[in-house]
Parts: sequence; C-alpha cells; structure tokens
Amino acid sequence: MSDETHDVVHRHPAPTGFIRKYIFSIDHKVIGIQYIVLALAAVLVGMTMSVLMRMNLSWPGTSWPILATLFPGGAPGGVMNPEFYLSLVTMHGTIMVFFVLTTAPQGGFGNYFLPIQIGADDMAFPYLNMLSFWVTLVGFIVILSAIFLSGSPSTIGPIGGWTGYAPLSALGAIAGPGQGMGMNLWIISIAIFCVGSLLGALNFITTLLNMRTRGMSLMRMPLTCWAWFTTAVLALLSFPVLLGGGILLLLDRVAGTSFFIPGGLYVGGLLSGQDARFPLHTGGSPILWQHLFWFFGHPEVYIAILPGMGATSHILATFARKPVFGYRAMVFAIFAIGLLGFFVWGHHMFISGMSPYSAVTFSVITLSIGVPSAVKTFNWIGTLWGGKIRFTTPMLFAIGFVSLFVAGGITGLILGQTSLDLSAHDTYIVLAHFHLVMGVAAIFGMFAGIYFWFPKMFGRMMNERLGQFHFWITFIGVYTIFVPMHVMGLVGMPRRYSQFTEYEFLKSLHPLVVLVTIAAIVTAAVQIVFYFNLVWSMFKGKKAGANPWEATTLEWITPSPPPHDNFAGIPPTVYRGPYEFAVPGAASDFLMQTDPDGAPVPAGSEGTSGNGHNGHRH
Amino acid sequence: MGRALAVIIWILTFLSVLIFACKKWWFPPAISNHAPALDRQFMITIMVVGFAFTAAQIGLGYMLWKYRDTNNGTRAVYSHGSNKLEVLWTVITAAIFIGLGVMGQSVWASLRLNDAPAGSYQVEVVAQQFQWNFHYAGKDVLFGRTDPALIDDSSLNFVGLDETDPNALDDSVVTALAIPVDRPVELILRSKDVIHSFWVPQLRFKQDLVPGMAIKVHFTANKVGKYELACAELCGQLHFKMKSYMLVLPEDELQSLVALPQAAFQARMKELLDKYPLPTY
Amino acid sequence: MATTVTGTRTRATQGIGGPGFPKPNGNGSPKRNGGGELFAERLPASRYRVGAWVLIASVSMFFTALSSAYIVRAASASDWRPLAMPHILWLSTALIVLSSVTIENARRNLKALAEGAYFTWLLITGLLGIGFLVSQLLAWQQLRHQGVFLASNPHSSFFYLLTATHGLHLVGGLLALLYVLLRARPQPVDVVAAARRQGRADAVSIYWHFMDGLWIYLFLLLFLWRSQ
Repeated sequence: MSDETHDVVHRHPAPTGFIRKYIFSIDHKVIGIQYIVLALAAVLVGMTMSVLMRMNLSWPGTSWPILATLFPGGAPGGVMNPEFYLSLVTMHGTIMVFFVLTTAPQGGFGNYFLPIQIGADDMAFPYLNMLSFWVTLVGFIVILSAIFLSGSPSTIGPIGGWTGYAPLSALGAIAGPGQGMGMNLWIISIAIFCVGSLLGALNFITTLLNMRTRGMSLMRMPLTCWAWFTTAVLALLSFPVLLGGGILLLLDRVAGTSFFIPGGLYVGGLLSGQDARFPLHTGGSPILWQHLFWFFGHPEVYIAILPGMGATSHILATFARKPVFGYRAMVFAIFAIGLLGFFVWGHHMFISGMSPYSAVTFSVITLSIGVPSAVKTFNWIGTLWGGKIRFTTPMLFAIGFVSLFVAGGITGLILGQTSLDLSAHDTYIVLAHFHLVMGVAAIFGMFAGIYFWFPKMFGRMMNERLGQFHFWITFIGVYTIFVPMHVMGLVGMPRRYSQFTEYEFLKSLHPLVVLVTIAAIVTAAVQIVFYFNLVWSMFKGKKAGANPWEATTLEWITPSPPPHDNFAGIPPTVYRGPYEFAVPGAASDFLMQTDPDGAPVPAGSEGTSGNGHNGHRH
Repeated sequence: MGRALAVIIWILTFLSVLIFACKKWWFPPAISNHAPALDRQFMITIMVVGFAFTAAQIGLGYMLWKYRDTNNGTRAVYSHGSNKLEVLWTVITAAIFIGLGVMGQSVWASLRLNDAPAGSYQVEVVAQQFQWNFHYAGKDVLFGRTDPALIDDSSLNFVGLDETDPNALDDSVVTALAIPVDRPVELILRSKDVIHSFWVPQLRFKQDLVPGMAIKVHFTANKVGKYELACAELCGQLHFKMKSYMLVLPEDELQSLVALPQAAFQARMKELLDKYPLPTY
Repeated sequence: MATTVTGTRTRATQGIGGPGFPKPNGNGSPKRNGGGELFAERLPASRYRVGAWVLIASVSMFFTALSSAYIVRAASASDWRPLAMPHILWLSTALIVLSSVTIENARRNLKALAEGAYFTWLLITGLLGIGFLVSQLLAWQQLRHQGVFLASNPHSSFFYLLTATHGLHLVGGLLALLYVLLRARPQPVDVVAAARRQGRADAVSIYWHFMDGLWIYLFLLLFLWRSQ
C-alpha cells in the first residue's frame, strides 16, 4: 500500500499551515469535525437553558443566588421573571433546532462521511463547503449575541418561541420585553443559517450525484448516504421559504411594511398609526407567516431525524452482523417521508384560523406519513431478527433510537387528527411528541454516530465502559423526562407558561413536574461523562485499526483517520452492496464493498439491483 | 447486555403504558356536546397507539434477547428482507393510520365545517395582552359598533365600543365569559394585538384569536358551573396568567345577567363567579 | 482486520482515477453512463452544471415562497393599490433578454473553441447585466419621485422586495460571470482543465438564463396579477 501512495500524485496537496489545515480548511473531514464541535458547543448552551427552565417550572419563586449574580436583570434576587423564562424558551428552541439538530447530523457526519462512503476524495465544491460552515458559525455568533443585545435588560434573547409567530414577533418593542433588538438578531441569525444550509445542501446533492466512485451505483450506497441526500433535498427546498419569510418579517419590523401586521391594532396602549413608535399598518396576514414558517418547519423535522435514521440503519446492520432488512423499502420510505413532509405543514395550524377544509386534507396526509415511518421501524426490527447482535455503545444508542423513535413518533397519530388537536394543540403532549422524536431520538442518532465513527475520525476507540454508563442513564432519563409530559398534555397543561401557579386544573400535575425536572437534571449531568469520554479518548483511547467494527462500507477501507484525500489517491472500486454480512461461503462474516472475490457473489447483489431482495436477478 | 437492555425496554414500556392507564392524570370531565365523540375517538386512537407502541417495544426487546451474540461460532441469517412482508405491513399500517385519520374528521366536521345553528347565543371575544374581554349584545341581541380607533384602555373602553351607536346602549363588556347551558354558543373571536388562543380544557375546545380576523366558532356546553379559561398561544411576557373564567349558566340566570347595564352586569358577574365553585381536580 | 485497499489495486493501476484524471461515475445506472460523452469530458464539467441546476431549484423555491406571499397578500385585504408601472422596466426587460442571447453566443463560441469571441461575448453579457441593474435602480428612482416607497402599500412593498432580491441574485450571477471572464484567457493545460472551463461557462449561462426567465416571470406577476 505504501508503495502505491508514493506512485500517485494527490489531486489536492494536503495543506501544511495550521490555519489552512484546521481553521479555514477546505477538507470535508475537517469541516465535518468543525460542524460537530459547533453542535457540541451549542448543545451545551441549549441544555443548560432547559435545566434553568425546568427549575423555574418546578420551584417557581425560589431564589437561586447564582442566578442573581449571573442575570441580575432576568432574575432579580435570584428569582426568574416570566420574560426571562420565555427568552430561555426561545433561545433553547432556536439553538437546538438550528445549531444542533441541523448542524451535527447533516453538516457534521454528512460532511465527513458522505464523500468517503461514496468513494470521493472531497465534496464537489470544497470552497463552498468551507463557506457554508463559516456562514453557519456567523449565524451562531449572531444568535448568541442576542443574549447580550436583546434590547431589554430582563431577557436573554427574544420572546417568540422557535416559531416566532407574527404579529408578536413583528411589532417591535411596543409588544413588550423581548421584542426589541433581540428579535431582529434572531431573524438575522436564522436568515444567515438558511444561507449556510443552502450552500451545504447544494454541495451534498452535487457530490452524491456526481462523485460516486466506480461501481457505486445508487442502490449500493449505504443508507446513510440516502438519508443525507434526502435531507439535503429537503433543506434545499425548504430553507429558501424560511429565508423569504424571514426577510418579510424583518421588513415589517424595521421598514414599516405590512406583510404580517393587520390594520387597526392596539398594542401596549398605542393605536397603529397614531404614534411614532407604532407606524400605520394595514391588511397584513398573521397566518401567512405561519404558512411560510411551517412549510419550512415541517421538513425541518425530517432534516433533523433522517440522518439519525440513516446512521441507525447503518449501525444496526453492522452490529447485528446482518444485511439491512428491506434495503429497497428503506430507500423508498426515506423518499416517501421526504416527499410527504412537504404536504403536511398545515397540521401545525388546525386551530390557527386557516380554512377548516384544508385542515382535513392536511390531517389525512399527515396520518399517511406514519406509514413509511412504521415501515422503517419494521425493517429495523427485521434487521435485528436472526442477527448475532454485538452490544457495543454505538449499537446501544442505535437501538435506543429505534425505541425512542417509536415512542415519540406514534403519538403523531393523535396530534395529526383535527378533532383531537382541538384539545391537544399547544399542550405538553405536543412538547413530549416532538422532543422525543426530533429531539431525543435525533440526538441518540448523533450519539450512535459519534461512538461509531469516532475511531475513524480520531484513530482511537472511545471508552466502552463510560459509553455504556452514558447510555443507560440517558436512555432511562429521557423516558422519565418525556413520557410524563404526555399525560400533562391530556390534563391540558399549555406550553410556554413560565409558571403553572395560576390555574387550579394544573395543580395535580405538580409531582410530575418535579419528577421531570429531577430526571432532566440527572440526564443533563450525565452528559459530562460523554464530554469527558470524548476528550479523554481523543488522547488516551485504545488505538483503532482501519476497521475496528468489522464493517463493510468504504469509510472502513482507509486508515483511521483517513488521509487528506481519503483514499491516498486511489479511488476504490465497489463490487457489492453496502451491508454484506454473514454471506454464506465467505471467509469472514463480512464482505467489504471493495472485495471483488471474497466469496461467490450472492444472487441479487450484483449490478444495479445492488442490495435487492433474495433471488432477484435483473 | 442484550437481555438487560430488553428488560429495561420492557420495563420502560410497561411504565409508559401505566402512566396513561392509571388515569390518575387524565382529561378533566367533559362539559360539551361534542366532547363524548371526541373522547371516544381519543380512546380508539390511544388504543391503537398503545398497542403499536407496546408491540414494537416488545418485539424490539425480544430480538435483543433472542439474537444477542453468544459467540457460538455461527453466523447471522443472510437475508435481504422479504417483499411480501414489506407489502403486507405497508398495506396494514396504511389502512389503520389513514382509517384513523378519516375517522378523526367527524367531530371536526360537526364543529368546523358548518355554521352555528340558528338561535345560537353570541358573544364577541376580544383578547389583548394579557386580558380577556367579552362583549355581550344585551337585551336587543345586537352588538354595538366597534372601531379600533375608539379603543382606549385607560378609559376602560377595551373593545372600542361606539357609545353613540343605539345598538351599543345595552351592550356590556366584562372580563369573564357567561354562556347558557344546553344551547349552542357562537363566539366571534378577535384580537387587538397579537395571537391568543381560547382554551377551556373541559370543553375540549381551542381556537386561536388572530388580529385582523373575526373567527366564528360554535359549541354547546351542557353542564352548569365555573371553568378556567386559559390562553394557549404565546402572547408575551404574562402569557401564563392571561386567565379568565367561563360560567355556564341556566338560561334564565344568564338572561337576567345580560339584561343588566354594564356596572350592574359586572357586579352580578362577580357574585356569580363567587357562587359557582370550580370543579374539584 | 481484513481491511486494506487491496481490493482496488487492479483497477487503480489501470490509470483511472489517477492524477489529473476524473474518477468514473457510479456505473450502477446504465443510463447515466450510456451517453456518448467522453469520459474525461463528462465528469469534472458536469459537476458545475448539476450544481447550477440544484442552485436554480433552491432559488426557485425562494421566489415561489415570495410569490405565494404576494398572491395571498393581494387577496387578503382591501389595501392593495396597484402601482403604475415605471416604463423603464421595458428597457430592463430588453437588456436582460438580450444578455441571455449574448451569453448563449459566448457559450457556443467556447464550445467551438473560438476563444476570442467567447471572451468578447462574455464581456458584453456582463455589461448588459450591469445595464439591467442600473435600469432597475432608475425604476426605483422614478417611483421614489412619485412618492412611492417600500412601506407605501403592499404592492410597492412587493415591487421593491422582488426587484431587490432578483437584483441580488443577478449580482451573484455577475460575480460568477466575472470569475469565468478572468479564467477565460489562459489556455487550459489539458483536456480536463478545458472541460472544467466549459463546465463553468455552461453553469454560468444556465444560471443567467434562469435569471432572465425569472425576471420575466416577476414582471408578469407584478403587473398582470391584480394589476387593476
């Protein structure tokens, strides 16, 4: 091997300076790690905020001296005020959805492994790739700056939730604390994020369509690649809509236009057009913002979860030592989810004042999106069936993903029904549903990915013991946090309340509220173990070979970590589907995709049929 | 390890089902005519959801238990799946899910796809940060003209009622809602500033109030009493205490209330709010 | 560990994927490989074309979002006051249509290896693009003189917004044009570099035509849809 590397000249010579190598790098692997580091930083901020929120909900009015020191405006005397809480809600949601759930699974792992898994030496447009990361980072800095420049001393960001419903978000400071400069920064940050994601998506799609190596037919791609590709398509088509909506919202705020602000409003004692602080507005449509937002917002849910689905399929097959059950069905299901995802946004708006007839249509399409999701679950369980399951940490998290995806996704059957939404809308059952499915399940996908690919990225194994400890507590913890929230929703607990002290009908829920908070604090604390494991293993972990998991796809044929152009100038040739485990007659229980003659080529894994079903020959 | 994980998954599944099934935390008893059908639809749905959830988790745990690697030198089953199974489970889940979705429309259709029945009792609801205003038409059953330009919170004209309009003379605007029992009610929902949402858990009913729109909704309450009314859409700083009460009154008690002029109306409303206790939770 | 790059050795030494050579495409799909194009010509060049189309999909969604906002807003209230169309927009339209013709000329000249003509037509296209932007700015100025501003009424809001966002996208096109212009002159060192140059020129011209079509669409939307 070393002889060959000397024979060939690399297409892109590896950069030498520290800055070109690690900071302004155009190497997709470095950029992928940059995205992951960004997400790891952002998730700390978001998680800390969620613990603060839980503390306020469980023990309202309690004085926490440390808060008085840190946030004298938001928590005078250490007692959080309502607007401080609501700004936490907004910042937590925004940071988690955009800078964690969108960056790490797609920007991070996708960037690092999509080119390697298809046998390319880099992304199609490396400079664009670098740009997309730096644009995203600027977006993150802008949203963080809203903590300090929120425009009102008692908040640490805008108040609007991650959905920023107009006209609350459009009116400006007259609508109360948290509606000043912080809201402008929120919109600008999201607009910047949109641009960054679009550049990334463009790159992913072009790379996948154009840079697959010899033999890497579409149906021989790992399911991760299908997931990243579909995610990129969703991002490509949904982020522009949010960008457009964001521009309109910003213009309403700063230029006096009336896209979302109707006429005749009376806000904070001022009538529109009668005071310099509140210019004249006429005829805007608040629901228009919701349409634009949710046209993006619903595909965004799949942007967060699809890469996790891909990683889970990939990891389940590897550690069950079995081919993925129903590869083709999995691909179709990913596509079906992506496609249907564009036609269900109205289920967020059943009671918004939208036409009740279109609500019916949205509802039925929404329930049908459960079908491909169920198909994926069946296939995951089918993949485990008859396997020889190895319970490594990544496998535990992948199994956790399946369990949590079912737990979170299944309640979509309740929330997607127009009638039931009359009661369930904007209560804690919604919170429980989407946190489990797009939050926690997606994060389990990320954990699985980190534990699985860490040896490839850093050449060392993560500590298994710490990893398993991390898994057990986190898995039990997230169930304890989010399952009780469902019944809170049944009782009728509304979202985005800074306290539940005002209503008699919520009093009986107090023990559950406290239970959830304790579970949240424990679960958050355990993440320290993960961070420690990550850093410690980077330097002290057991050395990993090229293929420590005995996996089959292309990232495992190259050294850990891979050289600058991934394959040392020799692009691999692919001879078979991605998950050829337990092939009868083969020397070992796994056949690399590049293995030309490890075993008699099994029927059906040849040519375009790739990973087709048994006994099919096309 | 595989067995431990299977057992944990099963325990978590059992506890998750238990927290629903024990019904310690459940919907408050319903007080509207559409609620029984809605609750029935919910029960059907939760049964399907509960069954699917339990079956999937038990199946997942079973696979982990049964197919853990025991190092006995054998290999996994070499299978790429089964088209028959794929078709089977796709068709079955599609039938169940879409069937549920279609069934779920009936309550919706009865409430939202038709107008309020003739003779419905009308109240105009005008929400603002962080207060509910209810505009009653009074004896003449006609609402006086309102105009945003006349709104003046400092002189307590919260809805911009035009005092010069003859229809407005017997109108009252108070901060609690009184409706008749067993008679269809039509609410005309407006907002002065941002989006709010009308939410009474016992009614099984929620609707946003959108500035710039007058959204008409209807329902029938069937149990006399006092109920908490909450705002369910983030409306700003004090969203959590944008609270009011809904009084469901016998027809004659309601009629004598709405016949009163504004000041007496308000005083009487206060008495009624004291008279009726909240349900015990 | 049974993991080396040995599986690739035979193929790799045949020269495919070696230095300076593009890597082959996925050969799983016969359609993609069945064309008569040259191997080397297809690969590095097509990435720019694919990229251009993907970009167009994204930009289309952006303007679809704004268009639907336009249509919804126009129907949602009675405050819509249609603008009198600034006549200079006809000039804008003529300029951008003409620029589409010139960039197509440039692209074809490059294909025919007429490098001088390629350069000249690119330059003309760029000048026409700048002319279009100037003409749009003049239209804004005309409106401002009439006292019509961004916040005057919903139609003027959308007019300024749509022309501005289209203009920004066109500026992006101009920058891309500048890039290919700067790279137009030096002779490519080999067939791959030539193919890359062609690919970039194709991509820029695809995008430019799209900007042309987009403007015509916006023009019709702004002044035919609810223009009364």
